[in-house]
Amino acid sequence: MTYKNRFTSSLELMGAYILAAFWVLPLLYAFWAAFHYSNDAIHFNIFSPLTLDNFREAWSQAPFLRYGLNTFLLVSFILPGQLLISTLAAYAFVRFKFSGANVAFALVLVQLMITPEILIVQNYVTLSKLGLVDTITGMGLPYVASAFCIFLLRQTFKSIPKELEDAAELEGCSTMGILWKVYVPLATPTFIAFSLVSVSHHWNNFLWPLIISNSVETRPLTVGLGIFGSPETGVDWSIMSAATLISVAPLLIAFLIFQKQFVQSFMQAGIK
Amino acid sequence: MKDNVRNFQGWLLFAPAAILLLAFTHYPTITTFLNSLYTNKSIIRPRRFSGIEGYESMLSDPIFWKVFANNMWLALGTIPTSIGLAIIMALIVNKAIPGRGLLRMAYFTPTMLPMIAVANIWLFFYAPEIGLIDQATSIFGFESTNWLGSPSTVLPSIMVMTVWKEAGFFMVFYLAGLQTISPELEEAAKLEGSSRWNYFWRVQYPLLLPTTLFVLINAFLNSFKLVDHLFVLTKGGPDNASNLILYYIYETAFAFLDVSYASALTIFLLVLLALTALAQFLFIEKRVHYR
Repeated sequence: MTYKNRFTSSLELMGAYILAAFWVLPLLYAFWAAFHYSNDAIHFNIFSPLTLDNFREAWSQAPFLRYGLNTFLLVSFILPGQLLISTLAAYAFVRFKFSGANVAFALVLVQLMITPEILIVQNYVTLSKLGLVDTITGMGLPYVASAFCIFLLRQTFKSIPKELEDAAELEGCSTMGILWKVYVPLATPTFIAFSLVSVSHHWNNFLWPLIISNSVETRPLTVGLGIFGSPETGVDWSIMSAATLISVAPLLIAFLIFQKQFVQSFMQAGIK
Repeated sequence: MKDNVRNFQGWLLFAPAAILLLAFTHYPTITTFLNSLYTNKSIIRPRRFSGIEGYESMLSDPIFWKVFANNMWLALGTIPTSIGLAIIMALIVNKAIPGRGLLRMAYFTPTMLPMIAVANIWLFFYAPEIGLIDQATSIFGFESTNWLGSPSTVLPSIMVMTVWKEAGFFMVFYLAGLQTISPELEEAAKLEGSSRWNYFWRVQYPLLLPTTLFVLINAFLNSFKLVDHLFVLTKGGPDNASNLILYYIYETAFAFLDVSYASALTIFLLVLLALTALAQFLFIEKRVHYR
Protein backbone atom coordinates (compact mmCIF):
# COMPACT_ATOMS: atom_id res chain seq x y z
CA MET A 1 0.00 0.00 0.00
CA THR A 2 1.30 3.43 -0.89
CA TYR A 3 1.72 6.14 1.68
CA LYS A 4 -1.20 8.13 0.27
CA ASN A 5 -3.51 5.12 0.33
CA ARG A 6 -2.65 4.35 3.90
CA PHE A 7 -3.38 7.95 4.81
CA THR A 8 -6.83 7.99 3.18
CA SER A 9 -7.76 4.62 4.63
CA SER A 10 -6.87 5.66 8.16
CA LEU A 11 -8.79 8.87 7.60
CA GLU A 12 -11.77 6.82 6.47
CA LEU A 13 -11.41 4.58 9.48
CA MET A 14 -11.50 7.61 11.71
CA GLY A 15 -14.64 8.81 9.93
CA ALA A 16 -16.24 5.44 10.47
CA TYR A 17 -15.52 5.55 14.20
CA ILE A 18 -16.69 9.13 14.57
CA LEU A 19 -19.95 8.25 12.87
CA ALA A 20 -20.32 5.24 15.16
CA ALA A 21 -19.63 7.44 18.18
CA PHE A 22 -22.41 9.79 17.14
CA TRP A 23 -24.69 6.82 16.80
CA VAL A 24 -24.03 5.36 20.26
CA LEU A 25 -23.58 8.58 22.21
CA PRO A 26 -27.28 9.33 22.79
CA LEU A 27 -27.80 5.90 24.27
CA LEU A 28 -24.54 6.01 26.22
CA TYR A 29 -25.51 9.36 27.65
CA ALA A 30 -28.88 7.98 28.78
CA PHE A 31 -27.01 5.09 30.37
CA TRP A 32 -24.62 7.41 32.15
CA ALA A 33 -27.36 9.79 33.28
CA ALA A 34 -29.42 6.94 34.73
CA PHE A 35 -26.62 6.23 37.21
CA HIS A 36 -26.10 9.82 38.32
CA TYR A 37 -28.17 12.41 40.17
CA SER A 38 -29.99 14.54 37.68
CA ASN A 39 -28.24 17.73 38.72
CA ASP A 40 -24.90 16.10 37.93
CA ALA A 41 -26.28 14.53 34.76
CA ILE A 42 -27.51 17.84 33.37
CA HIS A 43 -24.20 19.59 34.04
CA PHE A 44 -22.05 16.69 32.86
CA ASN A 45 -20.16 16.37 36.13
CA ILE A 46 -18.11 13.46 34.96
CA PHE A 47 -16.66 12.67 38.37
CA SER A 48 -19.93 12.93 40.28
CA PRO A 49 -20.97 9.95 42.42
CA LEU A 50 -22.76 6.93 41.02
CA THR A 51 -26.22 6.12 42.30
CA LEU A 52 -28.98 3.57 41.90
CA ASP A 53 -31.62 5.92 43.31
CA ASN A 54 -33.00 6.73 39.87
CA PHE A 55 -33.77 3.11 39.19
CA ARG A 56 -35.34 2.74 42.62
CA GLU A 57 -37.43 5.85 42.02
CA ALA A 58 -38.51 4.85 38.49
CA TRP A 59 -39.31 1.34 39.69
CA SER A 60 -41.51 2.69 42.48
CA GLN A 61 -43.28 5.22 40.28
CA ALA A 62 -44.51 2.72 37.71
CA PRO A 63 -45.07 -1.06 37.72
CA PHE A 64 -42.40 -1.88 35.15
CA LEU A 65 -42.35 -5.54 36.07
CA ARG A 66 -46.04 -5.79 35.23
CA TYR A 67 -45.53 -3.80 32.01
CA GLY A 68 -42.69 -6.11 31.07
CA LEU A 69 -44.85 -9.14 31.72
CA ASN A 70 -47.61 -7.64 29.54
CA THR A 71 -45.17 -7.03 26.68
CA PHE A 72 -43.90 -10.57 27.05
CA LEU A 73 -47.46 -11.95 27.01
CA LEU A 74 -48.33 -9.83 24.00
CA VAL A 75 -45.36 -11.06 22.00
CA SER A 76 -45.95 -14.65 23.10
CA PHE A 77 -49.50 -14.39 21.85
CA ILE A 78 -48.72 -12.73 18.51
CA LEU A 79 -45.65 -14.66 17.35
CA PRO A 80 -46.83 -18.29 17.73
CA GLY A 81 -50.17 -17.24 16.27
CA GLN A 82 -48.47 -15.68 13.27
CA LEU A 83 -46.22 -18.67 12.71
CA LEU A 84 -49.01 -21.24 12.98
CA ILE A 85 -51.59 -19.42 10.87
CA SER A 86 -49.08 -18.37 8.22
CA THR A 87 -47.56 -21.85 7.94
CA LEU A 88 -50.98 -23.35 7.26
CA ALA A 89 -51.88 -20.62 4.79
CA ALA A 90 -48.55 -20.76 2.95
CA TYR A 91 -48.82 -24.55 2.70
CA ALA A 92 -52.30 -24.17 1.25
CA PHE A 93 -51.01 -21.72 -1.37
CA VAL A 94 -47.98 -23.76 -2.38
CA ARG A 95 -49.27 -27.33 -2.43
CA PHE A 96 -53.04 -27.25 -2.67
CA LYS A 97 -53.58 -24.71 -5.46
CA PHE A 98 -57.21 -24.58 -4.36
CA SER A 99 -59.71 -22.85 -6.64
CA GLY A 100 -59.60 -19.12 -6.15
CA ALA A 101 -56.09 -19.32 -4.69
CA ASN A 102 -54.82 -16.45 -6.81
CA VAL A 103 -57.59 -14.13 -5.75
CA ALA A 104 -57.10 -15.25 -2.15
CA PHE A 105 -53.39 -14.49 -2.34
CA ALA A 106 -54.09 -11.05 -3.79
CA LEU A 107 -56.39 -10.42 -0.84
CA VAL A 108 -53.58 -11.43 1.51
CA LEU A 109 -51.19 -9.02 -0.17
CA VAL A 110 -53.64 -6.18 0.49
CA GLN A 111 -52.41 -6.25 4.09
CA LEU A 112 -48.89 -5.37 2.95
CA MET A 113 -50.31 -2.07 1.70
CA ILE A 114 -53.02 -1.45 4.27
CA THR A 115 -51.32 -2.32 7.54
CA PRO A 116 -53.15 -2.48 10.87
CA GLU A 117 -51.38 0.73 11.97
CA ILE A 118 -53.62 2.75 9.66
CA LEU A 119 -56.89 1.09 10.57
CA ILE A 120 -56.72 1.95 14.28
CA VAL A 121 -60.10 3.65 14.40
CA GLN A 122 -62.22 0.86 12.91
CA ASN A 123 -60.27 -1.92 14.58
CA TYR A 124 -60.93 -0.24 17.91
CA VAL A 125 -64.65 -0.28 17.09
CA THR A 126 -64.52 -3.96 16.12
CA LEU A 127 -62.64 -4.96 19.26
CA SER A 128 -64.96 -3.02 21.53
CA LYS A 129 -67.89 -4.86 19.91
CA LEU A 130 -66.09 -8.13 20.69
CA GLY A 131 -65.52 -6.92 24.25
CA LEU A 132 -61.76 -7.18 23.82
CA VAL A 133 -60.75 -3.61 24.62
CA ASP A 134 -58.11 -3.52 27.34
CA THR A 135 -57.07 -7.14 26.85
CA ILE A 136 -53.81 -8.59 25.59
CA THR A 137 -55.82 -10.69 23.12
CA GLY A 138 -57.40 -7.58 21.63
CA MET A 139 -54.00 -5.91 21.45
CA GLY A 140 -52.51 -8.79 19.50
CA LEU A 141 -55.41 -10.00 17.38
CA PRO A 142 -55.14 -7.55 14.43
CA TYR A 143 -51.53 -8.66 13.95
CA VAL A 144 -51.93 -12.42 14.20
CA ALA A 145 -52.61 -12.91 10.49
CA SER A 146 -49.50 -11.47 8.89
CA ALA A 147 -49.38 -11.07 5.12
CA PHE A 148 -45.63 -10.59 5.40
CA CYS A 149 -45.17 -13.93 7.16
CA ILE A 150 -47.44 -15.75 4.71
CA PHE A 151 -45.51 -14.19 1.84
CA LEU A 152 -42.10 -15.13 3.27
CA LEU A 153 -43.14 -18.71 3.99
CA ARG A 154 -44.77 -19.11 0.61
CA GLN A 155 -41.50 -18.06 -1.05
CA THR A 156 -39.56 -20.53 1.10
CA PHE A 157 -42.00 -23.42 0.62
CA LYS A 158 -41.97 -22.88 -3.14
CA SER A 159 -38.23 -23.51 -3.22
CA ILE A 160 -38.59 -26.92 -1.59
CA PRO A 161 -38.30 -29.66 -4.28
CA LYS A 162 -41.42 -31.70 -4.98
CA GLU A 163 -39.31 -34.90 -4.88
CA LEU A 164 -38.90 -34.59 -1.12
CA GLU A 165 -42.63 -34.44 -0.72
CA ASP A 166 -43.14 -37.42 -3.05
CA ALA A 167 -40.62 -39.45 -1.08
CA ALA A 168 -42.37 -38.63 2.18
CA GLU A 169 -45.69 -39.60 0.61
CA LEU A 170 -44.25 -42.97 -0.44
CA GLU A 171 -43.10 -43.50 3.13
CA GLY A 172 -46.73 -43.11 4.14
CA CYS A 173 -46.65 -39.55 5.44
CA SER A 174 -50.04 -37.85 5.72
CA THR A 175 -50.71 -34.37 4.33
CA MET A 176 -50.09 -32.72 7.67
CA GLY A 177 -47.18 -35.07 8.31
CA ILE A 178 -45.46 -33.78 5.16
CA LEU A 179 -45.93 -30.21 6.31
CA TRP A 180 -44.56 -30.99 9.75
CA LYS A 181 -41.69 -33.29 8.72
CA VAL A 182 -40.58 -31.86 5.38
CA TYR A 183 -41.64 -28.25 5.00
CA VAL A 184 -41.30 -26.89 8.52
CA PRO A 185 -37.76 -28.18 9.21
CA LEU A 186 -36.51 -26.90 5.85
CA ALA A 187 -38.02 -23.47 6.50
CA THR A 188 -36.33 -23.04 9.91
CA PRO A 189 -34.10 -20.11 8.81
CA THR A 190 -37.17 -18.27 7.54
CA PHE A 191 -38.99 -18.96 10.81
CA ILE A 192 -36.07 -17.58 12.81
CA ALA A 193 -35.67 -14.53 10.60
CA PHE A 194 -39.34 -13.66 10.74
CA SER A 195 -39.52 -14.32 14.49
CA LEU A 196 -36.72 -11.91 15.34
CA VAL A 197 -38.19 -9.20 13.11
CA SER A 198 -41.67 -9.76 14.49
CA VAL A 199 -40.57 -9.78 18.15
CA SER A 200 -38.57 -6.57 17.69
CA HIS A 201 -41.53 -4.94 15.99
CA HIS A 202 -44.16 -5.87 18.53
CA TRP A 203 -41.92 -5.37 21.54
CA ASN A 204 -41.50 -1.77 20.36
CA ASN A 205 -45.00 -1.11 19.05
CA PHE A 206 -46.76 1.84 20.69
CA LEU A 207 -49.71 3.50 18.98
CA TRP A 208 -52.15 0.59 18.82
CA PRO A 209 -51.35 -0.74 22.32
CA LEU A 210 -51.82 2.81 23.62
CA ILE A 211 -55.28 2.98 22.09
CA ILE A 212 -56.48 -0.45 23.12
CA SER A 213 -55.08 -0.62 26.67
CA ASN A 214 -56.18 1.48 29.60
CA SER A 215 -55.05 -0.35 32.70
CA VAL A 216 -51.87 -1.52 34.37
CA GLU A 217 -52.91 -5.14 33.70
CA THR A 218 -52.61 -4.79 29.92
CA ARG A 219 -50.29 -1.86 29.28
CA PRO A 220 -47.02 -2.94 27.61
CA LEU A 221 -43.60 -1.39 28.35
CA THR A 222 -43.73 1.17 25.54
CA VAL A 223 -47.08 2.55 26.67
CA GLY A 224 -45.98 2.50 30.29
CA LEU A 225 -42.89 4.45 29.33
CA GLY A 226 -44.95 6.83 27.21
CA ILE A 227 -47.23 7.80 30.08
CA PHE A 228 -44.28 7.85 32.47
CA GLY A 229 -42.68 10.71 30.62
CA SER A 230 -45.81 12.67 29.93
CA PRO A 231 -46.74 14.39 33.22
CA GLU A 232 -45.99 18.08 32.82
CA THR A 233 -44.83 18.27 36.43
CA GLY A 234 -41.23 18.91 35.53
CA VAL A 235 -39.22 16.01 34.23
CA ASP A 236 -36.37 14.49 36.15
CA TRP A 237 -33.92 13.48 33.46
CA SER A 238 -32.10 10.86 35.42
CA ILE A 239 -35.24 9.07 36.53
CA MET A 240 -36.56 9.28 33.00
CA SER A 241 -33.31 7.79 31.69
CA ALA A 242 -33.54 5.01 34.25
CA ALA A 243 -37.14 4.28 33.22
CA THR A 244 -36.14 4.29 29.55
CA LEU A 245 -33.29 1.88 30.22
CA ILE A 246 -35.51 -0.45 32.23
CA SER A 247 -37.98 -0.52 29.33
CA VAL A 248 -35.51 -1.15 26.54
CA ALA A 249 -33.18 -3.46 28.49
CA PRO A 250 -34.72 -6.88 27.68
CA LEU A 251 -34.74 -6.47 23.91
CA LEU A 252 -31.50 -4.49 23.83
CA ILE A 253 -29.62 -7.11 25.83
CA ALA A 254 -31.01 -9.85 23.59
CA PHE A 255 -29.84 -7.84 20.59
CA LEU A 256 -26.36 -7.23 21.99
CA ILE A 257 -25.91 -10.95 22.61
CA PHE A 258 -27.41 -12.21 19.35
CA GLN A 259 -26.36 -9.20 17.32
CA LYS A 260 -25.36 -11.14 14.25
CA GLN A 261 -28.58 -13.17 14.14
CA PHE A 262 -30.68 -10.05 14.48
CA VAL A 263 -28.92 -8.20 11.68
CA GLN A 264 -28.99 -11.24 9.43
CA SER A 265 -32.69 -11.78 10.10
CA PHE A 266 -33.53 -8.22 9.16
CA MET A 267 -31.43 -8.73 6.05
CA GLN A 268 -33.12 -11.99 5.04
CA ALA A 269 -36.60 -10.67 5.69
CA GLY A 270 -35.79 -7.60 3.65
CA ILE A 271 -34.47 -9.31 0.54
CA LYS A 272 -37.38 -11.62 -0.07
CA MET B 1 -63.65 -35.91 -6.61
CA LYS B 2 -60.02 -35.83 -5.49
CA ASP B 3 -59.86 -32.22 -6.70
CA ASN B 4 -62.78 -31.34 -4.48
CA VAL B 5 -61.08 -32.83 -1.46
CA ARG B 6 -57.89 -30.88 -2.14
CA ASN B 7 -59.92 -27.72 -2.71
CA PHE B 8 -61.62 -28.16 0.60
CA GLN B 9 -58.38 -28.95 2.41
CA GLY B 10 -56.70 -25.92 0.88
CA TRP B 11 -59.46 -23.57 1.97
CA LEU B 12 -59.52 -25.15 5.40
CA LEU B 13 -55.81 -24.47 5.87
CA PHE B 14 -56.21 -20.92 4.62
CA ALA B 15 -59.36 -20.27 6.67
CA PRO B 16 -57.80 -19.00 9.94
CA ALA B 17 -55.65 -16.48 8.09
CA ALA B 18 -58.57 -15.52 5.84
CA ILE B 19 -60.96 -14.90 8.74
CA LEU B 20 -58.48 -12.69 10.61
CA LEU B 21 -57.49 -10.78 7.49
CA LEU B 22 -61.11 -10.20 6.59
CA ALA B 23 -61.92 -9.06 10.13
CA PHE B 24 -58.96 -6.71 10.63
CA THR B 25 -57.98 -5.59 7.15
CA HIS B 26 -60.77 -5.85 4.59
CA TYR B 27 -63.79 -5.26 6.78
CA PRO B 28 -62.35 -2.16 8.52
CA THR B 29 -61.21 -0.78 5.17
CA ILE B 30 -64.75 -0.99 3.83
CA THR B 31 -66.41 0.35 6.98
CA THR B 32 -63.92 3.19 7.15
CA PHE B 33 -64.88 4.13 3.61
CA LEU B 34 -68.60 3.91 4.41
CA ASN B 35 -68.20 5.93 7.61
CA SER B 36 -66.45 8.63 5.66
CA LEU B 37 -69.64 9.01 3.57
CA TYR B 38 -71.90 9.50 6.59
CA THR B 39 -72.16 12.13 9.30
CA ASN B 40 -71.54 11.21 12.92
CA LYS B 41 -74.41 9.89 14.96
CA SER B 42 -75.23 12.13 17.92
CA ILE B 43 -77.88 12.17 20.62
CA ILE B 44 -79.98 14.74 18.82
CA ARG B 45 -79.36 13.67 15.23
CA PRO B 46 -79.19 10.26 13.61
CA ARG B 47 -76.44 9.35 11.18
CA ARG B 48 -77.09 10.81 7.71
CA PHE B 49 -75.63 10.09 4.29
CA SER B 50 -73.46 13.01 3.35
CA GLY B 51 -71.59 11.70 0.31
CA ILE B 52 -68.32 13.42 -0.37
CA GLU B 53 -68.99 16.28 2.08
CA GLY B 54 -66.45 14.80 4.47
CA TYR B 55 -63.79 14.91 1.78
CA GLU B 56 -64.78 18.42 0.80
CA SER B 57 -64.35 19.62 4.34
CA MET B 58 -61.03 17.77 4.45
CA LEU B 59 -59.82 19.69 1.42
CA SER B 60 -60.86 22.97 3.01
CA ASP B 61 -59.34 22.09 6.38
CA PRO B 62 -56.09 24.06 6.79
CA ILE B 63 -54.87 21.62 9.46
CA PHE B 64 -55.19 18.74 7.00
CA TRP B 65 -52.99 20.57 4.50
CA LYS B 66 -50.60 21.48 7.28
CA VAL B 67 -50.16 17.90 8.51
CA PHE B 68 -49.91 16.56 4.97
CA ALA B 69 -47.22 19.13 4.15
CA ASN B 70 -45.42 18.21 7.39
CA ASN B 71 -45.45 14.56 6.36
CA MET B 72 -44.03 15.39 2.94
CA TRP B 73 -41.33 17.66 4.40
CA LEU B 74 -40.44 14.98 6.90
CA ALA B 75 -40.08 12.43 4.10
CA LEU B 76 -38.03 14.83 2.02
CA GLY B 77 -35.88 15.87 4.96
CA THR B 78 -35.10 12.42 6.29
CA ILE B 79 -35.13 9.87 3.48
CA PRO B 80 -32.30 11.09 1.20
CA THR B 81 -30.06 11.76 4.21
CA SER B 82 -30.83 8.41 5.80
CA ILE B 83 -30.19 6.62 2.52
CA GLY B 84 -26.90 8.43 1.98
CA LEU B 85 -25.74 7.58 5.48
CA ALA B 86 -27.01 4.02 5.13
CA ILE B 87 -24.90 3.53 1.99
CA ILE B 88 -21.82 4.93 3.72
CA MET B 89 -22.41 2.71 6.75
CA ALA B 90 -22.90 -0.36 4.58
CA LEU B 91 -19.71 0.35 2.62
CA ILE B 92 -17.79 0.73 5.88
CA VAL B 93 -19.15 -2.41 7.50
CA ASN B 94 -18.85 -4.47 4.32
CA LYS B 95 -15.06 -4.19 4.39
CA ALA B 96 -12.69 -6.17 6.56
CA ILE B 97 -11.67 -3.41 8.95
CA PRO B 98 -10.75 -3.52 12.63
CA GLY B 99 -13.76 -3.30 14.93
CA ARG B 100 -16.19 -4.13 12.15
CA GLY B 101 -18.63 -5.97 14.42
CA LEU B 102 -18.61 -3.10 16.87
CA LEU B 103 -19.26 -0.56 14.15
CA ARG B 104 -22.15 -2.57 12.76
CA MET B 105 -23.60 -2.84 16.23
CA ALA B 106 -23.26 0.90 16.81
CA TYR B 107 -25.03 1.78 13.57
CA PHE B 108 -27.80 -0.74 14.03
CA THR B 109 -28.60 -0.26 17.73
CA PRO B 110 -31.08 2.65 17.30
CA THR B 111 -33.19 0.34 15.11
CA MET B 112 -33.76 -1.93 18.09
CA LEU B 113 -35.04 0.87 20.32
CA PRO B 114 -38.73 1.73 20.47
CA MET B 115 -39.44 5.18 19.05
CA ILE B 116 -40.94 6.17 22.39
CA ALA B 117 -37.61 5.51 24.14
CA VAL B 118 -35.71 7.35 21.43
CA ALA B 119 -38.01 10.33 21.94
CA ASN B 120 -37.40 10.23 25.71
CA ILE B 121 -33.65 10.34 25.18
CA TRP B 122 -33.72 13.09 22.56
CA LEU B 123 -36.20 15.15 24.57
CA PHE B 124 -33.35 16.01 26.87
CA PHE B 125 -31.02 16.98 24.03
CA TYR B 126 -33.57 19.45 22.72
CA ALA B 127 -34.63 20.93 26.06
CA PRO B 128 -34.11 24.70 26.14
CA GLU B 129 -31.14 25.92 28.23
CA ILE B 130 -30.45 22.73 30.17
CA GLY B 131 -30.54 20.50 27.10
CA LEU B 132 -27.38 19.04 25.62
CA ILE B 133 -27.57 21.01 22.39
CA ASP B 134 -28.24 24.32 24.08
CA GLN B 135 -25.39 23.73 26.53
CA ALA B 136 -23.08 22.95 23.64
CA THR B 137 -24.09 25.97 21.57
CA SER B 138 -23.95 28.30 24.58
CA ILE B 139 -20.21 27.63 24.78
CA PHE B 140 -19.95 29.38 21.44
CA GLY B 141 -22.13 32.22 22.65
CA PHE B 142 -25.35 31.23 20.88
CA GLU B 143 -28.63 32.08 22.52
CA SER B 144 -30.85 29.40 23.95
CA THR B 145 -33.36 27.90 21.51
CA ASN B 146 -36.59 26.13 22.31
CA TRP B 147 -35.96 23.51 19.67
CA LEU B 148 -39.23 21.62 20.07
CA GLY B 149 -41.26 24.63 21.13
CA SER B 150 -40.83 26.89 18.14
CA PRO B 151 -42.58 26.20 14.82
CA SER B 152 -39.48 26.85 12.73
CA THR B 153 -37.16 24.39 14.49
CA VAL B 154 -39.48 21.62 15.62
CA LEU B 155 -39.70 19.70 12.36
CA PRO B 156 -35.96 19.83 11.58
CA SER B 157 -35.25 18.67 15.15
CA ILE B 158 -37.53 15.68 14.65
CA MET B 159 -35.85 15.02 11.30
CA VAL B 160 -32.41 14.73 12.88
CA MET B 161 -33.73 12.27 15.43
CA THR B 162 -35.49 10.25 12.73
CA VAL B 163 -32.34 10.00 10.61
CA TRP B 164 -30.46 8.75 13.66
CA LYS B 165 -33.15 6.14 14.27
CA GLU B 166 -33.53 4.91 10.68
CA ALA B 167 -30.15 5.05 8.90
CA GLY B 168 -28.89 1.86 10.53
CA PHE B 169 -32.05 0.02 9.56
CA PHE B 170 -31.61 0.96 5.90
CA MET B 171 -27.92 0.03 6.14
CA VAL B 172 -28.97 -3.58 6.54
CA PHE B 173 -30.63 -3.63 3.12
CA TYR B 174 -27.57 -2.10 1.47
CA LEU B 175 -25.39 -4.61 3.24
CA ALA B 176 -27.52 -7.36 1.77
CA GLY B 177 -27.29 -5.67 -1.64
CA LEU B 178 -23.51 -5.30 -1.47
CA GLN B 179 -23.07 -8.95 -0.64
CA THR B 180 -24.76 -9.97 -3.88
CA ILE B 181 -22.15 -8.05 -5.90
CA SER B 182 -19.49 -10.45 -7.11
CA PRO B 183 -16.02 -9.75 -5.63
CA GLU B 184 -14.55 -10.39 -9.08
CA LEU B 185 -15.92 -7.05 -10.19
CA GLU B 186 -13.78 -5.32 -7.59
CA GLU B 187 -10.72 -7.34 -8.63
CA ALA B 188 -11.33 -6.36 -12.22
CA ALA B 189 -11.77 -2.71 -11.32
CA LYS B 190 -8.54 -2.80 -9.35
CA LEU B 191 -6.66 -4.34 -12.26
CA GLU B 192 -7.98 -1.62 -14.51
CA GLY B 193 -6.58 0.88 -12.05
CA SER B 194 -10.02 2.28 -11.32
CA SER B 195 -10.30 4.41 -8.19
CA ARG B 196 -12.57 3.38 -5.33
CA TRP B 197 -14.70 6.43 -6.00
CA ASN B 198 -15.04 5.40 -9.61
CA TYR B 199 -15.80 1.81 -8.65
CA PHE B 200 -18.58 2.95 -6.36
CA TRP B 201 -20.28 5.20 -8.90
CA ARG B 202 -19.78 2.96 -11.95
CA VAL B 203 -20.35 -0.47 -10.41
CA GLN B 204 -21.71 -0.57 -6.87
CA TYR B 205 -24.16 2.30 -7.09
CA PRO B 206 -25.93 1.10 -10.27
CA LEU B 207 -26.08 -2.45 -8.95
CA LEU B 208 -27.62 -1.15 -5.72
CA LEU B 209 -30.34 0.74 -7.57
CA PRO B 210 -33.03 -1.91 -6.91
CA THR B 211 -32.10 -1.75 -3.21
CA THR B 212 -32.40 2.03 -3.28
CA LEU B 213 -35.81 1.80 -4.87
CA PHE B 214 -36.94 -0.72 -2.25
CA VAL B 215 -35.59 1.37 0.63
CA LEU B 216 -36.97 4.58 -0.85
CA ILE B 217 -40.51 3.25 -1.00
CA ASN B 218 -40.39 1.56 2.38
CA ALA B 219 -38.91 4.65 3.98
CA PHE B 220 -41.70 6.70 2.46
CA LEU B 221 -44.34 4.30 3.82
CA ASN B 222 -42.64 4.27 7.25
CA SER B 223 -42.54 8.04 7.47
CA PHE B 224 -46.35 8.03 7.37
CA LYS B 225 -46.80 5.16 9.81
CA LEU B 226 -44.45 6.24 12.57
CA VAL B 227 -45.85 8.92 14.89
CA ASP B 228 -45.03 7.48 18.33
CA HIS B 229 -42.45 10.15 19.14
CA LEU B 230 -45.05 12.92 18.86
CA PHE B 231 -46.75 11.64 22.00
CA VAL B 232 -43.61 12.35 24.02
CA LEU B 233 -41.98 15.22 22.18
CA THR B 234 -44.58 17.68 20.98
CA LYS B 235 -48.13 16.27 20.83
CA GLY B 236 -48.13 17.65 17.30
CA GLY B 237 -47.42 21.19 18.43
CA PRO B 238 -46.69 23.99 18.57
CA ASP B 239 -49.78 24.93 16.58
CA ASN B 240 -49.60 21.73 14.52
CA ALA B 241 -46.09 22.58 13.36
CA SER B 242 -44.99 18.97 13.93
CA ASN B 243 -48.35 17.24 13.54
CA LEU B 244 -48.55 14.31 11.10
CA ILE B 245 -51.50 12.68 9.32
CA LEU B 246 -51.67 9.56 11.45
CA TYR B 247 -51.41 11.55 14.67
CA TYR B 248 -54.12 13.88 13.37
CA ILE B 249 -56.30 10.83 12.68
CA TYR B 250 -55.67 9.64 16.24
CA GLU B 251 -56.59 13.06 17.65
CA THR B 252 -59.69 13.38 15.47
CA ALA B 253 -61.01 9.95 16.41
CA PHE B 254 -59.99 9.55 20.03
CA ALA B 255 -59.79 13.11 21.34
CA PHE B 256 -62.36 14.99 19.21
CA LEU B 257 -64.48 11.83 18.74
CA ASP B 258 -65.20 12.72 15.13
CA VAL B 259 -65.19 9.24 13.58
CA SER B 260 -66.64 10.43 10.28
CA TYR B 261 -63.83 12.89 9.64
CA ALA B 262 -61.19 10.49 10.98
CA SER B 263 -62.49 7.98 8.42
CA ALA B 264 -62.11 10.42 5.55
CA LEU B 265 -58.54 11.17 6.68
CA THR B 266 -57.84 7.44 7.00
CA ILE B 267 -59.08 6.80 3.47
CA PHE B 268 -56.80 9.56 2.19
CA LEU B 269 -53.78 8.06 3.95
CA LEU B 270 -54.76 4.57 2.87
CA VAL B 271 -55.05 5.50 -0.80
CA LEU B 272 -51.74 7.36 -0.66
CA LEU B 273 -49.91 4.40 0.90
CA ALA B 274 -51.63 1.83 -1.31
CA LEU B 275 -50.65 3.72 -4.46
CA THR B 276 -47.06 3.94 -3.25
CA ALA B 277 -46.93 0.25 -2.44
CA LEU B 278 -48.54 -0.52 -5.79
CA ALA B 279 -45.84 1.50 -7.55
CA GLN B 280 -43.31 -0.72 -5.79
CA PHE B 281 -45.01 -3.89 -7.07
CA LEU B 282 -45.07 -2.54 -10.61
CA PHE B 283 -41.40 -1.54 -10.50
CA ILE B 284 -40.41 -4.97 -9.26
CA GLU B 285 -42.47 -6.54 -12.05
CA LYS B 286 -40.59 -4.43 -14.57
CA ARG B 287 -37.24 -5.45 -13.19
CA VAL B 288 -38.16 -9.09 -13.61
CA HIS B 289 -39.24 -8.51 -17.20
CA TYR B 290 -36.03 -6.81 -18.23
CA ARG B 291 -33.88 -9.59 -16.91
